[in-house]
Amino acid sequence: MKLLTSIILTAYLGYVVGVYTNFPWWFFVFSSALIALAIRQSAFTTFFAGFTGMFLLWVLLAFFKDVSNEHLLSQKVAPMLSLGHSSVILILVTGLVGGLVSGMGALTGYHLRRIARAIVSINLE
Amino acid sequence: MRFVYFLISLTCTVSLIWALNHQWQIGNMKSPRLGYFLSPQQGFWQNAESAAADYNLNVKSPQLKGKVDVFIDQKLIPHVYAENDFDSYFVQGFIHARFRLWQMEFQTHVAAGRLSEIIGKEGLNTDRFFRRLGMVYGAEQAMQATDMDSSSKMAIDAYAAGVNAYINNLKPEEIPFEYKLLDYQPEKWTSLKTYLFMMFMAFDLSGRDVGTDLQMTNAKNYFGWDNFRQLYPLVQDSLDPIIPTGTAFSKPALRPQTPSDLAVRYLSSNDSSVATASLNEKFKPKLPDANNGSNNWAVSGSKTQSKSPILCNDPHLGLNLPSLWFEMQLSTPNYNTYGASFPGAPAIVIGFNDSIAWGVTNAGRDVMDIYNVRFKDELKKEYLMNGNWIMADQRQEVIQVKDGANLSEIVPITKFGPVLYDKEFNSPDARGLTLSVKWTATTGNAGIKAFLLLNRAKNYEDYVEAVSHWTCPGQNFVFASKGGDIAIRQQGSFIAKWKHQGDFIMPGTDSFYQWQGFIPMQENPAMMNPLRGFVSSANQKPVDSTYPYYLGSAGHFPLYRGIIINQRLSAMNNITPQDMMKLQTSNYNVFAEMARPALVKYIDKNTLTPNEKKFIAELENWNLQNNPQEKGATVFQCIWDSLESVIWSDEMAASKLTLPWPDSYSLLERMLKGKGDFMADDIQTKGKVETIQDAVMAACRKAIKHLETLETGNKITWSAFKDTYIQHLLKIPALSRLHLAIGGGENIINATKSNHGPGWRMVVHLTPETEAYCVYAGGQSGNPGSVYYDTFVNNWVEGTYNKALFLKRDAAAASDQIKWKMTFSN
Repeated sequence: MKLLTSIILTAYLGYVVGVYTNFPWWFFVFSSALIALAIRQSAFTTFFAGFTGMFLLWVLLAFFKDVSNEHLLSQKVAPMLSLGHSSVILILVTGLVGGLVSGMGALTGYHLRRIARAIVSINLE
Repeated sequence: MRFVYFLISLTCTVSLIWALNHQWQIGNMKSPRLGYFLSPQQGFWQNAESAAADYNLNVKSPQLKGKVDVFIDQKLIPHVYAENDFDSYFVQGFIHARFRLWQMEFQTHVAAGRLSEIIGKEGLNTDRFFRRLGMVYGAEQAMQATDMDSSSKMAIDAYAAGVNAYINNLKPEEIPFEYKLLDYQPEKWTSLKTYLFMMFMAFDLSGRDVGTDLQMTNAKNYFGWDNFRQLYPLVQDSLDPIIPTGTAFSKPALRPQTPSDLAVRYLSSNDSSVATASLNEKFKPKLPDANNGSNNWAVSGSKTQSKSPILCNDPHLGLNLPSLWFEMQLSTPNYNTYGASFPGAPAIVIGFNDSIAWGVTNAGRDVMDIYNVRFKDELKKEYLMNGNWIMADQRQEVIQVKDGANLSEIVPITKFGPVLYDKEFNSPDARGLTLSVKWTATTGNAGIKAFLLLNRAKNYEDYVEAVSHWTCPGQNFVFASKGGDIAIRQQGSFIAKWKHQGDFIMPGTDSFYQWQGFIPMQENPAMMNPLRGFVSSANQKPVDSTYPYYLGSAGHFPLYRGIIINQRLSAMNNITPQDMMKLQTSNYNVFAEMARPALVKYIDKNTLTPNEKKFIAELENWNLQNNPQEKGATVFQCIWDSLESVIWSDEMAASKLTLPWPDSYSLLERMLKGKGDFMADDIQTKGKVETIQDAVMAACRKAIKHLETLETGNKITWSAFKDTYIQHLLKIPALSRLHLAIGGGENIINATKSNHGPGWRMVVHLTPETEAYCVYAGGQSGNPGSVYYDTFVNNWVEGTYNKALFLKRDAAAASDQIKWKMTFSN
């Protein structure tokens, strides 16, 4: 349940941050880190949730654009990035980029949380 | 430990973001910032326009004076109905920007010598070349001159305001695809940019002399005068000029004084002023295409089925995506016009209105000359003129370089124009000389007024008045009216030159070599309602040798399209618009009609192998059509090209300088006169003197070897061999249209070559209700992610046309072809 929640939250907040297009494209790294700070999971699960949330978001957003565009632009961009003529691969690469940045953000959030917990426990003693 | 893990994780995240946010150098290209580029909410996916995109729009701007309705038809062609002229140009600017913003800005950046700002130091040589040529200087001069004329200034300023109204409301994710790819932002549009665009067109259509004058000088010095004259003849035997041979011309108002030292100082081959310093600088400017030209003609009612005139025009320029052209209608209570516009400038450039139609072809006249200037010292502040030192104006040019330091240089401006080449900026052909460029385009050219007036012209008098404002590049303006008149006029600022003035580098120390005056406008070649019932031009020499002014070297004037157009038009009667479309897309090769017998005469079949005989039979049986599927056309072209190469390459290779390749008519006309042996000798074979027959046989063997390879590779049909493509302005193959199955070629009315050709085609029937057909090699949208990016390309390849929707406001509002509506109000 925690995993699903953090995936959905990552995607949702990633989307909301992305609406503000004056911010840099990677701003969702903060929301992904924040979620990792808030929801306690193992290091691997945290990364996995961060990755999957943004991966799914970017794949879905790209997919809907691509379908309504009838693959016109993806068919031109894919060869420019040496990805053959595959719209699907281009969409997956898009997801991968978003996922990796988000996953790493989440992992950083995870380690920050561990430091914070250590500080809190020291203070409690 | 926890802190270390955190730091490692943080470092990895930051590095990852940095790497995905960085433009990596790959070869001589830079990658996009990958993370940004792929981001679905910011990057290129945002440009993946829905196939069912909605172009409806409501725009409010306090600058507008009234209300404007724009009806957009199913081909994405906007029909603008404004209440006043200012608003019409405002909205034209807005719409150009809406569909073509990146192209408009990119083209004007190139013209302004600002390419380095976008692509980095790779753009520096091009930027320095354009700055030194005086592109920005010329645009500023033009702006100053035009500012005197309130109506032109109003149109250009209104247009700029419209472009900016679009840019100002652009969200970051909405910027065109190419900005995201190259990673930069649109900037504010200015009126100067319209003049920069016009300068770019002037360069494209009259700028070849910046290189050919140097090459011609090399050739004159290398070959000696007599051989030079043979190779690059002034006279073309088969010329059919724009103004028919035998037309009487009035006495010239101006007779330029020939310098007395001409023979020794200018025409001699031992030109002592020519330095031969060897230079490391490898920069060679990319000259405008030699084939930049066009066809236009008008037939009077006496030759048409309807008894109304028909006007046709197809300009031949580089084939690019997004196209140079944008099709639209502009109308206010003062005017109503339709046709091709230039994204970057107000008005319709080629088109028609309720009363008339007009079109242009390039005049090709020599309006750019190169001078060898002598400066007192390295500071280049004073130069010698008639024995006195004269101060040069100093113009500072600062070039900003992406990811690099600015480059600042002083360009001296003399009475012989700005200094293009010197020790700091050189090209092998300039060989260490200090060369300036005198060009009519930089002398305060306010030509946009001509188009503004043509858009409103009602009759012949209005047309003459309109085109009188055109100065550079010289154009042949063809005209037809619903009143039944047809006319043609070669218009521009043309220099009254003494014979050979400006053919070569001229001494820049003597006022006798300066331009002494301009040909009075009323002496420009012109013709109205001739008995033969048609007027036409195809970049050929405008007049025969009885015209009292020197026209420049014949290399400026292609010969063959003019011949075939006039032949066909003379023979045609009861003409319909469909006949005109057939003529405009005709693939008949009149050059081959003349050259084939001259070739075949020298082919000794007894010495050929069976396979060689097969190809020669292909040549002999060919129907002279350069249709896509013809093999004979490829055989002819390969043999002719080989022949030119066999004859000229040996002499050319022996020179270390760049020499101009002689025009095809030079060889053909000599062969037709039985003088083909000239230079046919291969200078590399000692003890044997080859004749034209030896050369033809050698050319056949060489060509047939190549043809055999083509046949095995399935590349022998004409369209596969020619391989026409329409190239994206950034030369990216995925954004271009490649391997188009289209016929035509050089010397053919359908002048479609590999990456060059009749990008816009138009046929206008001036019946009471105008009937017009247009097509161009592109699409209305500049967005590679739009279905309208290349809408017309297939039609254009097939040679079919779209009927123009040219309606009054109410009819347009009710038309079932209108799909979207934009409204503008204050």
